[in-house]
Amino acid sequence: MSVSTLSPGRSMAKPKLLNGRLLPYLLLAPSLVVTLVIVFFPMAQAVVTSFYDLVLWKPNATKFVGFGNYIKLLHDPVFWTALWNTIIWIGLTVPLQMLLGLVTALLLQREFPWRGLARALIIIPWALPSVVIALMWRWIYDPTTGVLNDILLYLTVVHSAVPWLADPHLALYSIIATLTWQGFPFFAVMILAGLQGIPRSQYEAASIDGASSWRQFLHITLPGIAPVLATAGLLRVIWVANSMDVIFVMTGGGPAYSTHTLPLYAFVRARQNVDFGYGTTIAVTFTILLGVVVAFYLARTMREVER
Amino acid sequence: MKKQSTRRRILTTDLPVFMILIVAMAPFVWMILTSLTPTAVLSATGVSLTPAGWSFDNYTRLFAQTSFLGNMLDSLIIAAGTVVVGLVVSVTAAYAFSRFRFTGRKLLMLQFLLINMFPVVLLILPLFVMMRKAGILDTHIGLILANSTVAIPFAVWMLTSYISAIPKSLDEAAMMDGCSRLAALWRVVLPLTMPGIVSTGIYIFITAWNEYLYALTLGGRNVRPVTVAIQTLIGEYQIEWGLLAAGAVVGALPATALFLLVQRRLIGGLTQGAVKG
Repeated sequence: MSVSTLSPGRSMAKPKLLNGRLLPYLLLAPSLVVTLVIVFFPMAQAVVTSFYDLVLWKPNATKFVGFGNYIKLLHDPVFWTALWNTIIWIGLTVPLQMLLGLVTALLLQREFPWRGLARALIIIPWALPSVVIALMWRWIYDPTTGVLNDILLYLTVVHSAVPWLADPHLALYSIIATLTWQGFPFFAVMILAGLQGIPRSQYEAASIDGASSWRQFLHITLPGIAPVLATAGLLRVIWVANSMDVIFVMTGGGPAYSTHTLPLYAFVRARQNVDFGYGTTIAVTFTILLGVVVAFYLARTMREVER
Repeated sequence: MKKQSTRRRILTTDLPVFMILIVAMAPFVWMILTSLTPTAVLSATGVSLTPAGWSFDNYTRLFAQTSFLGNMLDSLIIAAGTVVVGLVVSVTAAYAFSRFRFTGRKLLMLQFLLINMFPVVLLILPLFVMMRKAGILDTHIGLILANSTVAIPFAVWMLTSYISAIPKSLDEAAMMDGCSRLAALWRVVLPLTMPGIVSTGIYIFITAWNEYLYALTLGGRNVRPVTVAIQTLIGEYQIEWGLLAAGAVVGALPATALFLLVQRRLIGGLTQGAVKG
């Protein structure tokens, strides 16, 4: 290396440290260190724990069981029930939220005097703490004093009070209704933003050509918001799959195992039986299954970042 | 003609919107009505629908007989602490992501996105074991750290998009005038990003305030945030819905009020990524 290329480097030495290649890493360091400690380390710990038979209050009885927990899991009927419930849970909640959100967004897109107020208020279910939501709906669903039964009895839709959360055939669907209610504003708001991105001229051109409003919806609106629907839908699948606090407060997973979803099963198992090894195994398995959806979402979002 | 179109609008827009709003608001309104009905009335005739039967009895009991104010203080400390940790750690990271193109940038961004998707249930058990060892179980610090697992990745992504919206030429101009990188960040970029930082902070506050599972598992005895406290209002022999409803209304109020305050800007930021997609 010649002196001429070296000397400017030397004179720049100090600013180079702060302006050079290292700087972005230095700026990232705090967040990386913190997430390493509170996210990645526990995650690795979880994977390790899943290979052990570990009951928290009996640390001396801990022993390595290899894939033992996973084999046990495959033979656990509750696991399969919970997996099936999780599929119903996601498969019904997300499409229902999306549909209701779409209808709401299309309505809120129209011109009317109190649109601003309506747009602000619609978001309320989404801002409430999930404990409050769960307790609120328990009160509404209450078999003896709940308002839902009162209304349905008054309208003679049903002839006797329905035990919404105590009937194993109804409990899961009752909770799905609650979660649909909680989550549809999110879709409405996302879709509304997407709708505003569709140029008006497209509709004007279509109506000059004589396209009916249904055809306009099919050929302009839907393609226009398709990306939003895909992203919001994936995000919701992940979120709904993970959200177990509402179920936990509403039924605790019961009656029997009728409202167990995988994350709830993991949580209940670890919490009530203090069976950390097995509980973690369920959680890890659930994470791997969810990972497929997450991969789709990440691929979509990272395409964005590159652009 | 005009009158007819107004009537049509009311039938096809105002009325359906109104009905959806009723569906969206009714449960919470019902909760408020329940909280205003004294327990004796509640068990005798049910929820009072008219102001004649209302009283603040449940609220008075809530603050006088339970530790609800103390619980709100716990929630406040945890939520505010999470905001501080989340923002301080994330601002510089977001600046790095938006202003530099370096090896591993994509991978690191992906990493933060990935953390956001991790099931709480996967982290909650190992965090419990770790915090027990470190002796920070059932403390404010412990819950602040636990909430940061959600807050940091979220803040990094939000702030990256906010900072990216500020033209690079501004920090370049500042550096031309003799500012260092960090001074440019501090004096030029930060003030311009302030609205974004504030709404990200408020969103973190709301999520941390509303958080339940960490609070239940990693706290609950000495440190008991409102979300956990509300549940303990359930009476011993029968559920005291009036008191419970009062707790729920008070517990939900701070987050909901904040949300309504900043929702427009917040939603703009949240939807940006999705809309461009």
